Amino acid sequence: MRENNQPIKKLVLAGNGMAGVRMLEHLLKLAPQAYEITIFGAEPHPNYNRILLSSVLAGGADMNDIIINQLDWYTDNAITLHTGDPVVQIDPTARRVISSKGITAEYDELILATGSSAFIPPLPGSDKDGVIGFRDIRDCETMMETARTHQKAAVIGGGLLGLEAARGLLNLGMDVTVIHINEHLMDRQLDRPAGLMLQQELEAQGMKFLLSKRTVELTGKRRVQGLRFTDGTSLEADLVVMAVGIRPNIQLAQSAGLKIGRGILVDDYMRTNVPGISAVGECAEHRGIGYGLVAPLYEQGTVLAKRLAGVETLPYEGSVTSTKLKVSGVDVFSAGEFQDTPDTRSLRIQDDIDGIYKKLVMRDGRLIGAVLFGDTSDGASLFSLIKSGESVKGREKELLTGQPAVGAAAVSPLQRLESMPDDEIVCGCNGVSKAAIGDAVQNKDCNTMKSLKACTKASASCGGCAPLVEGLLQLYAGDNAGAAVKEGICGCTSLDRDEVVSEIQRMGLKTVREVMHVLDWAEPEGCSKCRPALNYYLGMLWPGEYEDEKESRFTNERYHANIQKDGTYSVVPRIYGGVTSPADLMKIAAVAEKYNVPLVKFTGGQRLDLLGIQKEDLPKIWEELDMPSGHAYGKTLRTVKTCVGDTFCRFGTKDAMGMGIRLEKAFERMDTPAKVKLAVSGCPRNCAESGIKDVGIVALDGAWELYVGGNGGVKIRAGELLCTVKTEDEVMEWTSAFLQYYRESARWNERTAAWIERVGLDSIKEKLADTDTRQALVSRIEETLSYTTDPWKKIIEDDSLRKNFEDLSGAAALSGSSPARH
Amino acid sequence: MNRMQIAHISDIDVKGSRTFTLGETEVALFRLSDGSIHAVENRCPHKGGKLSEGMVCGTTVHCPLHDWKIELRSGRVQEPDEGCVNTFATEIDEHSGSIYITLPSLAAR
Repeated sequence: MRENNQPIKKLVLAGNGMAGVRMLEHLLKLAPQAYEITIFGAEPHPNYNRILLSSVLAGGADMNDIIINQLDWYTDNAITLHTGDPVVQIDPTARRVISSKGITAEYDELILATGSSAFIPPLPGSDKDGVIGFRDIRDCETMMETARTHQKAAVIGGGLLGLEAARGLLNLGMDVTVIHINEHLMDRQLDRPAGLMLQQELEAQGMKFLLSKRTVELTGKRRVQGLRFTDGTSLEADLVVMAVGIRPNIQLAQSAGLKIGRGILVDDYMRTNVPGISAVGECAEHRGIGYGLVAPLYEQGTVLAKRLAGVETLPYEGSVTSTKLKVSGVDVFSAGEFQDTPDTRSLRIQDDIDGIYKKLVMRDGRLIGAVLFGDTSDGASLFSLIKSGESVKGREKELLTGQPAVGAAAVSPLQRLESMPDDEIVCGCNGVSKAAIGDAVQNKDCNTMKSLKACTKASASCGGCAPLVEGLLQLYAGDNAGAAVKEGICGCTSLDRDEVVSEIQRMGLKTVREVMHVLDWAEPEGCSKCRPALNYYLGMLWPGEYEDEKESRFTNERYHANIQKDGTYSVVPRIYGGVTSPADLMKIAAVAEKYNVPLVKFTGGQRLDLLGIQKEDLPKIWEELDMPSGHAYGKTLRTVKTCVGDTFCRFGTKDAMGMGIRLEKAFERMDTPAKVKLAVSGCPRNCAESGIKDVGIVALDGAWELYVGGNGGVKIRAGELLCTVKTEDEVMEWTSAFLQYYRESARWNERTAAWIERVGLDSIKEKLADTDTRQALVSRIEETLSYTTDPWKKIIEDDSLRKNFEDLSGAAALSGSSPARH
Repeated sequence: MNRMQIAHISDIDVKGSRTFTLGETEVALFRLSDGSIHAVENRCPHKGGKLSEGMVCGTTVHCPLHDWKIELRSGRVQEPDEGCVNTFATEIDEHSGSIYITLPSLAAR
């Protein structure tokens, strides 16, 4: 397959799980067209969130809730997906794979993301019915079925996975015993005191424990009936879940001759020893470590995606991991080196009354590990300190108590969030920093958990950081966070503006109909509130691609004239900057006379309005005027009011008219959330009333001031100073960036004044302060503007549009005379 | 029963409207997304707004003046407002695409 003579490379992904598919998502973002992609997966499902399997067992989620990539996602990205059909053979010389069903696929790049399996220790009897791991949907289904007919369950392994399985079985109503080889639970993550507290808590929930027990045999006939231990004791069980560890799935790689340790050996760029083959996720072994938690797998995926996209990337140098236990309703956190050794010193708090335990492990003045039980709210900030390796000398006690040293005031949760450094990772699963969340809330219109999740993926995997993310949402969005959740954009949907926009973006929805269909609109064709709003959002998001729906616009914008109370219309031709000429005035006068225009009036925006015109005369008048539409009727740039400036005025400091005309010519015809009015005054006396315009510009000697968010309408509001710049070009740049940011983040029908009141001028200033951001906004508005044309001219030239201005042909003959009969 | 040809299907955009006059009455002819054609008196019972200029959503039109919502098949004003507009029966010739309006008795008007 060739396009532009550039052969599209073929990419095959072996394994349809979280690590591989997440890597692909990243790759598709970086280089959408670079590869023709084929995925082989052993399981008969699209990619799902394995971490949430325990929630499925716990009853909080059903299968559909945990699917990350619905089948549509594969189709939309032109990915060929083979489910229930793993790759069974690799031919590295021919660069070809063969699947279990005999499908052959060639590759330029092969990614092994085959994951891992539950390690089933080779005990006598481990092949009996009723002995399973806890790895996939099938295991979950087996557990649920067994719970219906059987009573007793045993879980071998008191680690993270085992306890989550046990909690799930408890929820299913089974009698559950956890067998653990060590003295306390989760010994890979917790020290003894925390392990004991965890045990107490879980016992209170009804879980039973047999510690320091080693299983020697699973007893029973075809189906398992019990376990026997080294000390001669035994236990009855109808179901045995093996949760002693995972084993990377390496058979495929091994048979192809790849270098294997415990997992498939990879370098810092996730390359195996065979050219064209990479490995990522639980099947891979990097610098001697195979990871089983999701965050490191995603970090590996990022490096691999960048390399495949040909983007510069830092090497993957391994991950410091942290763990949270979620489903048991017990908050447990652990990170780094948490055991005491001769060269470490540690600080502890143990509070048996509230069930809180906290341990910090230090080496050379640095935090190297932490264990939290009961209250894990400090987990993320401690984890980031461990990762950064910075010195915490003198602050140790403050870290332990969460309180600043003596004398300082106590810190509220909000203050703690505020003081969190920007680069601190809030969502460990998806590597989302505090700054990324702030950016999404402030600049990408995320003001609900749902839109934030869709946009950043924060809290979308394990959900453990959801309280933190919610806190940050409150911090950044303030009052908008709560209010926006309840109110849909109209009665047809419960989704608010931000949710609608982010869903349109995320799913690439391209028509009003599609949006309503996919987002479950209550009314199949919407109403007069949502239709124009969606039409605007789609046009804003996909300029050039989206075909404007005139049927979704109000009368005025459909007929490009203002409807008056008697059903007639008004015509306002464009008079740039309020500067006209005798020739234009004569044209207007001639038209007004010819069509007996009942009223000719100067508008407040320095132009002429012809009122009382019949609809069918509109195209004829436009044709005879031969002037551009003044857009006096739409949610768009109306006028740019100017004073005469230094051209004639003795106080004028700059060419206000020239500046105004330049602005009006640049931004005319642009769709905006609500109408936009501009003004340019040549001195601070402000004769053009720049202080009450959406963007009002005031010339000073040697500088231009830009005021924004002014309004002289229903609620008078003075504009606020956005910036002071030196040149006309800078005025254009800042105005462009401001208007585009408004276009991208305001609600439909929200004037700049209301928008600024809502989001705050500071957030806008902050956004526009960055040169790159500003340039990006400018280039987006320029792209949008490049697609606009004069609507009057378009209607005059297109009979299919023009017909709508006329009464049905023959209607004149019908009225008053006898109609034709059939 | 009188039947007269008013328009061709291509004269009206989908979710659009065209008008004609019948004696003293202005009639708005709507073409819905499902292909059906409906004719109602072009006058909102509220303040006389031209329904033909309104936004068509499903089987209703929103009056351009004050957003009253009128069901086009029955002519009924939708809640919370009240009232109704006159409707006229229409027919479409599937082959030719011609649209006819049928009136109980044109002579009586």
